[in-house]
Amino acid sequence: MASAPSSSDVSPAGSRVLDDAVRAGDLHLPAAARELVKIVVVGPFGVGKTTLIDSVSEIRPLHTEEHLSEASAAVDDLDGVRDKRTTTVAVDFGRITLGEETVLYLFGTPGQERFRALWTDIAYGALGALVLVDSRRLDASFDVLGLVEESGLTYAVAVNIFPDSRRYPEEQLRESLDLAPDTPLVECDARDTHSCVDALLALVEHLIDLDARATAGQVRR
Amino acid sequence: MRGHRAGRPLVPAYLSTEGVARPSRNSLERLSVLTSTAGPDPGELPPAQHALRGALEGGSLTVVEAAALLRLPVSAVRVLSAALIDQGLVTARPPVPSAGQPDHDLLKRVADGLRALKL
Repeated sequence: MASAPSSSDVSPAGSRVLDDAVRAGDLHLPAAARELVKIVVVGPFGVGKTTLIDSVSEIRPLHTEEHLSEASAAVDDLDGVRDKRTTTVAVDFGRITLGEETVLYLFGTPGQERFRALWTDIAYGALGALVLVDSRRLDASFDVLGLVEESGLTYAVAVNIFPDSRRYPEEQLRESLDLAPDTPLVECDARDTHSCVDALLALVEHLIDLDARATAGQVRR
Repeated sequence: MRGHRAGRPLVPAYLSTEGVARPSRNSLERLSVLTSTAGPDPGELPPAQHALRGALEGGSLTVVEAAALLRLPVSAVRVLSAALIDQGLVTARPPVPSAGQPDHDLLKRVADGLRALKL
């Protein structure tokens, strides 16, 4: 990404060699970083979460191995780690320094029902969620939308356009996904930095609107 | 825990914490910022704690970044960080200063920062 100062070794989109030879010095936070915020990028497997994160992150996306059984009520319980049958899932994340003091993290999270505990842990404290949807298989996103809505996190929906995606009228997509009238719905190309930034902006501008309306006492928060 | 290459982590998660399953404090989030205090390691620091403190040499990392770097689960890094904090070898601060300014200003900084990426 052109605007990232230390991204000389950013891997090509789609590279899965994520944490090979990462050094601590490459990751250390800017000394002025004062507020660290996150947006959760959520969607079913294969929808393009990692591609989107890679498109905007200034560091090569990293991942942590998460143990699905560990997170339930006690997120810090390591019992699951001892259980060899524990399912693990990789959670990718990236980072963008915005201005002097603000650092935005993007966490790619599978949002299906069976990942509920993981979702709860990752979504904690997030500004909002960007729900990434594949219009060729909308039904794969129903679970995700249900979980996000239930969590109360504000979200925007971005339809990742694949080369063979059929384009549907916005009304039809809204109806299929059962979106509220004011929920932002945008198209994006997860491989394209500008397009991904626009999708994130749609969410953040929506958050600003909601905040302004809450301040004006028109909606409950 | 140096020179991470692709493949299995050098220290299995359950050994990294020496069998401790829960952190001694519960305030660590994924984005809590870990910073090493000055001074050398005390003699007998367990290897994984030593590795974590080493990763913080010269700069701060979030919990989740330390986990990715050391190839340990976030839960293990929470345990290790808490142990180091208890010994005064590492400090942690929350992701956003708790003296919270209004949300509005923060959101606006994020929006402005994102717009600047497109220039």
